[in-house]
Amino acid sequence: MNPTLGTVYTETVIYSAPEAFLDDVPYQTAIVTLDHGGRVTGRILGDRVAIDDRVQQVEVRDGVPYFRKLS
Amino acid sequence: MRAVAVAGIGKTPFGSFAGCDLRSLAVEAGQKCLANAHTQPSRVNACFVGNFAGPAFVGQNHLAPYISTAIGIQGVPSTRIEAACASSGSALYHAWAGVASGLYETALVIGVEKMTSQPTPKVTEILASAGDCSGEIKAGSTFASLFAMIARRHMHQFGTKREHLAAVAVKNHANGALNPDAHMRKVITLEQALAGKPVADPLTLYDCSLISDGAAAVLLAPAEQAREFTDKPIRILGIAQASDYVALDQKEDITTFPAVRRAAEAAYDMAGVGPRDIQLAEIHDCFTIAEIIALEDLGFAPRGEGGPYSAEGHTARTGERPVNTSGGLKSKGHPVGATGVAQICDLVLQMRCEAGERQVPRTSLGLAQNLGGSGATCVVTILANA
Repeated sequence: MNPTLGTVYTETVIYSAPEAFLDDVPYQTAIVTLDHGGRVTGRILGDRVAIDDRVQQVEVRDGVPYFRKLS
Repeated sequence: MRAVAVAGIGKTPFGSFAGCDLRSLAVEAGQKCLANAHTQPSRVNACFVGNFAGPAFVGQNHLAPYISTAIGIQGVPSTRIEAACASSGSALYHAWAGVASGLYETALVIGVEKMTSQPTPKVTEILASAGDCSGEIKAGSTFASLFAMIARRHMHQFGTKREHLAAVAVKNHANGALNPDAHMRKVITLEQALAGKPVADPLTLYDCSLISDGAAAVLLAPAEQAREFTDKPIRILGIAQASDYVALDQKEDITTFPAVRRAAEAAYDMAGVGPRDIQLAEIHDCFTIAEIIALEDLGFAPRGEGGPYSAEGHTARTGERPVNTSGGLKSKGHPVGATGVAQICDLVLQMRCEAGERQVPRTSLGLAQNLGGSGATCVVTILANA
C-alpha cells in the first residue's frame, strides 16, 4: 500500500492545552494538504515542521492522523 | 421590512466576578437596558438570549425564560441562541428580523457568559467545543491554536509580522485602559506584547482575548417609535448574518473569512454605504490576527495589508477609522455570549457621545463585526445616528 504523503499547509506548537491534552504539552498540530486530495488536521511526531515541509502519515489513533517530517 | 432602532442599552462591567452567577449578570444588564429606555418589562414583546455555553460553564440549561422571568418579563417568546462567540450577534440579528417584520413591537436582546468559575484548561476545553470535535479538536486543537495556524499562514502569504500582531494588542489595551467597564485596564508596551508567554506559536498571552464574566443588553424598537424610549435612538441601517465551515481544514484559504465578507457585503448593501463611509468600528479581536484579517475582509485595508495598516495607527483613537475604542475583546474582555451585544452597546455609547475619556469625534456611522468560532458564523451590523 502506498504511504499517505502530504505537505504542511500551516502549523502551530501548543503550550496551553485543554484538560485531555495537558500531559502532551508542548505539542505540534498541523493542517496537512494530502497528495491524494483534501486537508486534515493532525499531530506531528518527532522533529518540528514548518509550512511547505513534506510529511508522511505514520499512524492513526482514535481517528487522528499522526505525521512525521520526511527527510 | 420597517426600520429598526436601538432604543436602550445596558451592560455589566466585564471581569472576574466570583459573587455573580450567570443569571444575576444577565438580569443586571437587562434591567439597566430597560431603565436606559425608560420602559418596563411589560412592554417587551420578545426576549432573545445569546449564550455560548451556559450549560457547560455553570450547568444551567433553558436559559432564556430562566433569565427573562427574573427580569419580570412574562409570557412572551423567550429564546436562547447559540453560535459560539457570535451567539449574541446572532440573537440581535433574529430580534431585528422580528421587529423589522412587524412580528414584535419591541425585542430585548441579552448576551451573557459566566466563564471564570472554571479553571483555564476546562475553559479551553469548553471553548474548543465550538470547533469540529470529530477532527481538529480530537487532534488537540484549541481556539488559540486554530487562530495561531491562521496567523502562521497569513505571515507566510503576506509577510505579516509578530510586531503587527502586537500593535493590535497595544492599541486595544490603550483604549481599554480608558474604559471603566473593561476587564483589564492596563496599558502595555510593544516590548511587553512581544515577550508574552507562548500560548500557541506564534500567539502569546497578549494576542489572546480574556476569559471574562459579563452581560450586555439592547432593546430594539421600530425606528418611528424609538423616540418614545430615548432622545438618542441609533438606527440599525444594515445587518446580516452569514455562515461557513466549522472545521478550519475544510476552508480553501484560511487567511480570509468568507462569512465575514458575505455578511459585510449584505450589510453594506442594506445600508447603502461602503467601507469608506464607516467612521468607527468594533471588531471581533478574539485574537490579534482576527482583527487584522477582519480589517481586510470588511474592506478597511487591502488584502494582506491588515498588519501594516494596524501598525501605522489608522485604527487608533486618533486614526482615520478608530477600531475597538472599547478596548475590544483583548482588553475590555470576552464573555463569549455577551460580546456581540456588548459591541453594539459600545458603538451606541460613542454615537450618543457618552463614551467619556475614550470618546472619538466622528461617530455618525459605525460598524460591529461579531465572529463565531474560526469563522463559521459572522454577524455584521451598521449603525447610524437616527
